[in-house]
Amino acid sequence: MWSWVLHRITGVAIYFFLLVHVLDTAMIRVSPDAYDAVMSTYKNPIMGLGETALVIAIMFHAFNGLRIILIDFWSKGAKYQRLMFWVVIGLWIVGTAGFAPIHLYNVFTEPH
Amino acid sequence: MSAIIESPRQPQQRASKGRVNWEKYGWLYMRASGVLLIILIFGHLFVNLVQGEGIKAIDFAFVAGKYATPFWQIWDVVMLWLAMIHGSNGMRTIVNDYASNPLVRRILLGALFVAAVVLIVLGTLVVFTFDPCSTLIPADQALSFCPAP
Repeated sequence: MWSWVLHRITGVAIYFFLLVHVLDTAMIRVSPDAYDAVMSTYKNPIMGLGETALVIAIMFHAFNGLRIILIDFWSKGAKYQRLMFWVVIGLWIVGTAGFAPIHLYNVFTEPH
Repeated sequence: MSAIIESPRQPQQRASKGRVNWEKYGWLYMRASGVLLIILIFGHLFVNLVQGEGIKAIDFAFVAGKYATPFWQIWDVVMLWLAMIHGSNGMRTIVNDYASNPLVRRILLGALFVAAVVLIVLGTLVVFTFDPCSTLIPADQALSFCPAP
């Protein structure tokens, strides 16, 4: 049940970010300054924490999505669904450990 | 006297023949697009946020450099279409689950549809009509490789 709840919550969060992300990228068609201005808000530390959370949400949605596909299409998927849930959690932790330090470092250090 | 009870194993009446089972294709789409989106989005995140200086390096010149190649134009437009439809269809499922008032449900589904169409059209036009050396760009913001006006 929790995988289902998390899949929904992460999905909704990613959807709303996608709407914003198409609009902010559209600024490249307005002017370089307009795009750089909107990008500077993404480089703010608070937004940096939000981006980290977003990528963590994307990783859960991606790995759990693969689990759903295996449950649906793999003949032994339903049998191993609980084990696969823990594999998802494991991949999620590994992915977060790989991404978060890199991104937080980039957000919290001065550009050079 | 015995009432006739239909066999519980009787398969459910199929939707009338010749009609397209849209829900089935929607279900399949979520899985097929999901696999492709994992590749496209993880690639996108790696190139934009992990490689080099990550988010610090993203500015107009960075995006202009990417969109100078058809590879990234197509990558981003395919990702846009797949993700927008995947996300909108997921939101449609959620609206159908929770919006019990028929009017509210219709309004929400309409909003999802309009948002999807507008953003897909907008995003596609932005990527394919983008010109890093457009004469509309003020001279003081022009990229160094662009010919002087």
